Amino acid sequence: MAINVKVLARPVEEVSYVRATLKGMARTFKHLFDPDKVTIQYPEQKKDISKRWRGTHRMLTDETGKAKCVACGLCPTVCPSNCIKLVPGEDEQGNRYPLVFEIDEFRCIFCGYCQEVCPEEAIHVGRHYENSEYSREGFVYDLERLTAQTHPVCEMWDPADPKGE
Amino acid sequence: MIPSPVFAAVHVLPDPPLAWWTFIISTVVKMIVVFTVYMVGVAMLTLAERKISAWIQGRLGPNRVGGPLGLLQPAADGVKNIMKEETLPAHVNKPIFMLAPMLAFIPALMAAAVIPFGAPWDSRWGRIPMVIADLPVGFLFILAITSLGVYGIVLAGWSSNNKYALLGGLRSSAQMISYEIAMGMSLIPVLLLAGNVTLNAIIDQQASMHIWNVLTLTISFFIFMVAAFAETNRLPFDLPEAESELIAGYHTEYSAMKFSMFPISEYANMATSSAMMATLFFGGWDIPFTTQDNTSGVGLLMVLLSILIFAVKTGFFIFVFIWIRWTLPRFRYDQLMSLGWKTLLPLALAYIVIIAALLLALDYAGLQRGWLYGLSMLGVNAVLVFIVFFILDRGRIISPAYGRATPQQISRLRAVTAARSHLTAQSGD
Repeated sequence: MAINVKVLARPVEEVSYVRATLKGMARTFKHLFDPDKVTIQYPEQKKDISKRWRGTHRMLTDETGKAKCVACGLCPTVCPSNCIKLVPGEDEQGNRYPLVFEIDEFRCIFCGYCQEVCPEEAIHVGRHYENSEYSREGFVYDLERLTAQTHPVCEMWDPADPKGE
Repeated sequence: MIPSPVFAAVHVLPDPPLAWWTFIISTVVKMIVVFTVYMVGVAMLTLAERKISAWIQGRLGPNRVGGPLGLLQPAADGVKNIMKEETLPAHVNKPIFMLAPMLAFIPALMAAAVIPFGAPWDSRWGRIPMVIADLPVGFLFILAITSLGVYGIVLAGWSSNNKYALLGGLRSSAQMISYEIAMGMSLIPVLLLAGNVTLNAIIDQQASMHIWNVLTLTISFFIFMVAAFAETNRLPFDLPEAESELIAGYHTEYSAMKFSMFPISEYANMATSSAMMATLFFGGWDIPFTTQDNTSGVGLLMVLLSILIFAVKTGFFIFVFIWIRWTLPRFRYDQLMSLGWKTLLPLALAYIVIIAALLLALDYAGLQRGWLYGLSMLGVNAVLVFIVFFILDRGRIISPAYGRATPQQISRLRAVTAARSHLTAQSGD
């Protein structure tokens, strides 16, 4: 007995092994025929994820299929992990557009600040989580890949409706 | 003069010997059928274990091969185990390392040879007993053979040349030797009641008394069941392969088919123990509430029905094995030893004395082994069960993890500490 160990008195007259075992067996037997199983059969069945799930990004496009991004440079500025690479360009009408827009999904911490700060509602974090690739390079998403994504996008947190109801 | 027990059933009478060719053909057929059923049954047991564990834990279990029940999972596991690399680590003692899985596997199967699985069939070729070898030594043979299984485990642990495997093997041998004594002792009341060790005679005794031994010898059944769990290394007594302490115990170094021999032998032992429980305490193949199967002239249908009854009883105990495994946590080593030596063994010895005295008294009273005999035993047993499970089982069967130390214990501990501090002070100088 170690020194200064608080020893509680056991209620020996209430303790049993055999009867407690039988009680435990009754409990497990109840579970044996419980139709409510926790297993989600993953590739066929998927768990519902939150509307505010922040996964890999998606760039929304306008009617012509061009990215909505105007290359204002707010998202690389606000990005805390410095994972957005943006090289702005300008066409003949003076409209700015991204020449290069790359997001390194390995650096990204999925805070969603880029979506929050975007004035054009162009870049979004997505409700998506299956991202496996065969190479590290595959995780640097360029503009083409970002616009080609089709998964639903994250709904921003609304202070008027904090629980998303 | 004490009347010798006389049974109403007919199997005790010597059966007319079979023609030699009938004997050989029927034995070979029985061997093939029993072996096949056993091996397929063991394969299905691995699936049953996984399914039942999953259901108890609120999961679905294997369901990707062979429909939602995963019926082809054992085949898939078998193919996987055969295709896997047979590793032979450089540091193992090769001959023993190769021998150990066989030593675990063979006794597990051999025990199945003497268990009667059905009523003797009165065919047109003579009375064919539904047991591969109707040995006169009965369950003594099973006790002897199943205890050989410890060699497989201890040699596996020893030859692996690995500290965890060795510890697993050591634990297994200590555990099996401890519980074998309680197991053997728990069967002596059965032997006293039946007056015979052959399993068919024990079944006859239960049939003629119209009461199963589990009701007349409940404490024996309890001790036998606990000891059977320990003998088969099943939870709550699976210390030889405790994952959390010994990685996997004695079979750490094994792979592929050599590894899978150990689970197979474990499941085969489980099936044998279940069959023993069904035979010794639950009337074996005897169809309850009927007497037709106990008379001569048993047709094929009755034989098949009795085999079915036996399978159901055995299957139930196999289910209990799995059920207990997913209910109870593992014992601590000192709890295991104290349960075996300090609880089960004295309990079994005391029970032998009580039952022997009871049988003597009932025989002196001139009772025949029948209804009244069984009922009076049942009455005594109810009292004993109450004493054991409601008075003895108050924190005394399993030693608790801790308890309040008495002042004497504390002063003794202080004295020991003082003596040691003197020693360490000396050695520290």
